[in-house]
Amino acid sequence: MGYHLDFASVLTGQHLSWLVRGIAVTAELSIASWLLAFGLAVILVLIRMSGLRPAEWFVGLYVEYHQNVPLLVQVLFWYFAVPELLPQKATIWINERDSELIFAIIALGLCFSAYMSEALRSGIRAIPKTQFEAGRVLGLSYLGTMRYIIVPQAVKISAPPLVNYSLLLFKNSSLAMAIGVHELTYQSRLIENDTFRTFEVFTVATVIYLSISFLIMWVGERFERRAPAH
Amino acid sequence: MWDIMRDQGVLLLIGQYPNGPLGGLVATVLLAILGLALSFPCAILLALGRISPYRAFRSISSAIVQTMRGTPLLLVIFWSYFFLPLVIGHAVSGFTTMVGALVIYESSYLAEVLRSGIEALPKGQVEAARSLGLSYWRTNYLIILPQALFNTLPSLLGQFVSIIKETSLGYVISVNEFTFAAAQVNSVLLTKPVQVFSILAITYFLLCSSLTQTARWLEGRIARRRSGQVGRVVKVMPLPEPAP
Amino acid sequence: MIRFEKVSKWYGSYRALTHVDAQVETGQMVVLCGPSGSGKTTLIRTVNRLEPIEQGRITVNGEDVNSPGSSINRLRSNIGFVFQQFNLFPHMTVLQNIIFGPMKIRGMAQKLAIEKAEGLLDRVGLLAKAEVFPEQLSGGQAQRVAIARALAMDPPVLLFDEPTSALDPEMVGEVLSVMKGLTREGMTMMCVTHEMGFAREVADQVWFMDKGQILERAAPSDFFSRPIHLRAQRFLTDLAH
Repeated sequence: MGYHLDFASVLTGQHLSWLVRGIAVTAELSIASWLLAFGLAVILVLIRMSGLRPAEWFVGLYVEYHQNVPLLVQVLFWYFAVPELLPQKATIWINERDSELIFAIIALGLCFSAYMSEALRSGIRAIPKTQFEAGRVLGLSYLGTMRYIIVPQAVKISAPPLVNYSLLLFKNSSLAMAIGVHELTYQSRLIENDTFRTFEVFTVATVIYLSISFLIMWVGERFERRAPAH
Repeated sequence: MWDIMRDQGVLLLIGQYPNGPLGGLVATVLLAILGLALSFPCAILLALGRISPYRAFRSISSAIVQTMRGTPLLLVIFWSYFFLPLVIGHAVSGFTTMVGALVIYESSYLAEVLRSGIEALPKGQVEAARSLGLSYWRTNYLIILPQALFNTLPSLLGQFVSIIKETSLGYVISVNEFTFAAAQVNSVLLTKPVQVFSILAITYFLLCSSLTQTARWLEGRIARRRSGQVGRVVKVMPLPEPAP
Repeated sequence: MIRFEKVSKWYGSYRALTHVDAQVETGQMVVLCGPSGSGKTTLIRTVNRLEPIEQGRITVNGEDVNSPGSSINRLRSNIGFVFQQFNLFPHMTVLQNIIFGPMKIRGMAQKLAIEKAEGLLDRVGLLAKAEVFPEQLSGGQAQRVAIARALAMDPPVLLFDEPTSALDPEMVGEVLSVMKGLTREGMTMMCVTHEMGFAREVADQVWFMDKGQILERAAPSDFFSRPIHLRAQRFLTDLAH
């Protein structure tokens, strides 16, 4: 084939800075989305347990929507359709900032909040009611019981799926490239277009994704082992 | 919205066929079915490899599965896009590229579903079969896999839903599946993104949620049937929510 | 028929079996008893290589079970094994469970296999359940089907690993009576069990095991009335309470 591997052109100079930018944006996107997802997930679970029928129904629909519509479609919807629905002031405000990134964070965050809320919900449901009664009998309030007895146990039980969803969230950050976010995959394609070193570029990108993924998996395993659910 | 569906419905449904390759929603479903069908044998081999008594097979299978678990599907699609033609020897269509990527990626995920199904079976099943004198391969083929496949049917269906959602990534490499078709319609109409993308989202929603509901119903049926088993407490496989 | 020569088995520092020397003659019914952890289940599972051994030799009908040359599948097809948890194949009917071995392993024609299976089902009293799935059987019925499944391969020897321990008390009798019938027919059998009344009635030999060794070997009448070894004595008195 006469093809000479050339990692240097990919890993130096301008291309290196593109790569670094891609990693930074991926990190920014992943972390912001994760915080949004987890925060929303907790709120969703609390709403669902409130006992109000319409609230439960709403959360149910929210979860079903985000689990059954492809994430890419959700991203496209947020980017192309939602601006039409927003008041003009909001659209201007968003466009002054990094609109692609903002919508990507929203889409990724909302989608995974649905999955995470379900994981938390199973975690809470797995705790026998007697635990709750034990807390109340000691004199703890509802919130106190939740805080000191129920939620810590629920988090331990939900840890494995939550770690899994965190990993998926990170991987799916790559979808943001479809709307022009300069995350790692997007930057890789830029470098590839510039150097034609397809194999080298994608190898580097794959290695980076794998490293971070394994890191997430490793952290997850450590967390699970230190907090075993029984 | 109805007028869009009326005017552009055919485009959304089957793309530019017969003036071009088959596209739209039909292409999405076709991609998903092909993806599932072709990954299946690979998934079975990977799953058996993961629990093989031989260390070499275990290591290789685990390496493959863990690599896919840590790589974004989009990246696998790009790999497939650039290197499948090299491997095959001539140019391949976007459709084929997608099928290839889906097979490579999903084999690992399906393998994990199968593996947990196999491991959930009582060890006595293998022992009973081997005690009769049945060989390793025939034990897997006649005793283990039939049971594992039946027990994991809900999870497998859930994984199929994931595959359907994953076909939407074909948009990024201009494969004419449903999402791409909708984007094309949007670029033609320009002023109705809300309607177009709503149709897109709602259709996926109807398709996927009906399959997910079926999977849940199946899970209930299987749990009830298996709970009547003599002599052992059966662990019902929890239905993992399909990943995006 | 079955010969154990200096059989030892260990995991790391734990010795599961230590220098077991014994044999089961053709037509004999040997009962293995002893406290839990004594190695009796391990010993019976070494006969068809469900457990490998680290040292020694086990031969069935003269053939070494662990020699690399022997085909383990062929060997196993000539050794019947009945499990504590029955282990019937849940995705097949009772009849299919029984014809499976003869058809898939011996290559028997379906009609012949079905005839044979029905004969065996009749023998264990379950012909009416031929088309039923295992999940619909009681424990005692399932175990009787398991015995029929083992018999369908026409093995010269049958091994039983605590066949009644997983059963509710009222179903133990029906399984034991099938086993008694087999001993009357002269089948070579090894059985791990806690059912001492059964052992006293039909065993030719009782082997008492403790901590991986056979401590005492005697005819049931001798063993139950005058156990020699101290631990055997303690075992029998514990059982009586």
